[in-house]
Amino acid sequence: MTDLWDGLSRAFWLVVTLDAELVEITLRSLQVTISALVIASLIALPLAAVLAVRRFRLRRAVIAVLNALMGLPPVVVGLIVYILLSRSGPFGVFGLLFTPTAMIIAQVIIIVPLIASIAHQSLRDLWTEYHDLLISMNVTQTQKVKTLLWDARRALLTASLAGFGRAIGEVGAIMIVGGNIDHATRVLTTAIALETGKGEFALALGLGFVLIGLTIAINIATHWLGQTETEGRW
Amino acid sequence: MTQLFPLKVTGAESRRRGKLLVGPVDLELGPTGTTIVIGPNGSGKTTLLSLLHGTSRLNAGQVTWACSTEDARRHQSFVFQRPVMLRRSVVDNIAYPLGLRGHDTKTARAQATEWAIRVGLGDMLTRPATVLSGGEQQKLALARALISEPKLVFLDEPCAALDGRAMREIETILTEVKAAGTRIILSTHDLGQARRLADEVLFLKGGLIHEQGLAPTFFDQPQTSEAQAFLKGDIVE
Amino acid sequence: MKSLAALSFALVVLGQAVFADVMKLAVTTSFHNSGLAEILLPEIKNDLDLDVQLLVVGTGQALKLGRSGDVDAILVHSRKAEEEFVADGSGTFRREIMYNDFVIVGPNADAANVGSASDAKDALQRIANAKARFVSRGDDSGTHKKEQNLWSSAGLKAGELGDWYNAVGAGMGAALNTASGLNAYILSDRASWLNFGNKGDLAVLFSGDPVLFNQYAYLPVNPEKHTHVERDLALKLEKWLTSDRAAKLINGYEIDGQTLFTFNAKPPSQ
Repeated sequence: MTDLWDGLSRAFWLVVTLDAELVEITLRSLQVTISALVIASLIALPLAAVLAVRRFRLRRAVIAVLNALMGLPPVVVGLIVYILLSRSGPFGVFGLLFTPTAMIIAQVIIIVPLIASIAHQSLRDLWTEYHDLLISMNVTQTQKVKTLLWDARRALLTASLAGFGRAIGEVGAIMIVGGNIDHATRVLTTAIALETGKGEFALALGLGFVLIGLTIAINIATHWLGQTETEGRW
Repeated sequence: MTQLFPLKVTGAESRRRGKLLVGPVDLELGPTGTTIVIGPNGSGKTTLLSLLHGTSRLNAGQVTWACSTEDARRHQSFVFQRPVMLRRSVVDNIAYPLGLRGHDTKTARAQATEWAIRVGLGDMLTRPATVLSGGEQQKLALARALISEPKLVFLDEPCAALDGRAMREIETILTEVKAAGTRIILSTHDLGQARRLADEVLFLKGGLIHEQGLAPTFFDQPQTSEAQAFLKGDIVE
Repeated sequence: MKSLAALSFALVVLGQAVFADVMKLAVTTSFHNSGLAEILLPEIKNDLDLDVQLLVVGTGQALKLGRSGDVDAILVHSRKAEEEFVADGSGTFRREIMYNDFVIVGPNADAANVGSASDAKDALQRIANAKARFVSRGDDSGTHKKEQNLWSSAGLKAGELGDWYNAVGAGMGAALNTASGLNAYILSDRASWLNFGNKGDLAVLFSGDPVLFNQYAYLPVNPEKHTHVERDLALKLEKWLTSDRAAKLINGYEIDGQTLFTFNAKPPSQ
């Protein structure tokens, strides 16, 4: 119980005094995860839209694979990315291992299936609604995709935020490919793992509460957007 | 000037899972007036309209326009029995077809506003279209179908789910539109509506056209027994 | 949406911008947990304008990182493995820097009576006889290898001990956490122990046997094997680590009045 209290007071103190290291670590967490989110969304959302409107032979297989990839253990993704980016690996020349870029790459791989799956479901439902009308209006494939993406934008944002939640709390993959280097690749989750390993529970808890606070804030934002969806029925 | 008509249909058939829904149908439609496709429920009215419009596949036969099929598609619109609303505002819904044709948002919205006022939706321009009543949505659908100034409008039982007042508003707009020269092909099972609007009647039963003719002839001197039974008010399958 | 993307990309790019020289050094968890790095790194930054990025891993992984060229140099404490590292051409040479010692830590009650052991292997023998709970690093690290050697010298095989022997496969801090939680015996380097924040009911029960001597060495990764490594920076760091300045900082580092490391480097021949 004292640990918990220590943690809370530590967290409060860190936040209120805008502890330099906490700020640096938090900003890096956000930098890595937001970059990963933007890149992953740019890949996943159009992919989901194309899967929703295009008929092609392997469509069902692709969707099944996408859903299965959601269950990919993040730490395994980290291991594979590590092997690929290591100097003795195929992409070693880029020297990306143990950099924030490597962490972004790993997180993108982890959250693209998640965002694509959720988005695809919403887009598919919307397409079923719009199908007769748009076909009757002779829309091109591009116009189909653009219309769906725009009209489903709130659901797509929810999908993206789900990806954000998955990424910001991830620790296994980014620990492996980032190396948890102080002032370089240390983020909230890896810092928590580190401090716990040093027996510094109060500090670890403090960081943990900051991370929880961040995640709750994002979730509230998601809910708020979702509410607007049911009210105005956009 | 693209001429869609005469529209010639020969031996057209539509099947689903092997079962014949409509056909074989032979038909020729001229360039003016309002054609009402009438018949009991389940006679294949929706399928016939989709065949003509091109959204349903022909399993046999031909549908030939006076111009190319592509040109024809670009100059027609379709109003569904149950209106499909885009998840946007009223004005953005109406403006949508103009956006597809490359108009910029400002011009499109301006024209859509005019049409919205014309169909009586002028005071709900920014409301989400999905919260409108059935009648309001159908009026929106009609405005949306007409904003691109099509030469031909299909309407598939547009007033089936509407109350009398909404129906009257829609019919008023249709009359104006017809006066402006737009060709209308409308399906209904409502005899009263048919009498009010038709210049020409196609009587459909069991997927086949049993009778085709000018409105006065059809209503006063129906030729076939099925048509007679239908007009008398018997249940016709 | 677009401005958010632009901001993010800006953050990414700026995040990568580096102004000082940078090199990657793999160090063992034991070294890191001692806290000495917090003293040395800022001084290195000041004196050499060099950012040493530390990858804190077990000796096994440090050697692997050196072999694959993912770091520029390593600092470990496992002599045999280091000599192999140089012998197979992965490292240029082995430069001894400093040493500390290992201690046997256990519950205050000391049921196995390790406190009155005559030497290290006797201490472990007593633990085995009493079947007292013991936590092992189990991660192929320098500490782990030392522990296994001690078991052998006591005539015991680490792999054939009973349920009281717990191999956790983790770094020093995590292993100490487990020992604290289980109230078990554990072999730890003194520096990590002194710096550990969750001691619980544990205390140092045995130390001082010369066989518990723990030498740290610095090995630059061979630039002939991996042409991209920061060869000059690695040599620069070596020079600093073997200098009087480093000697002063290392010898002067204390926790609770105890010196943790003893500097014993000979500067590289000019």
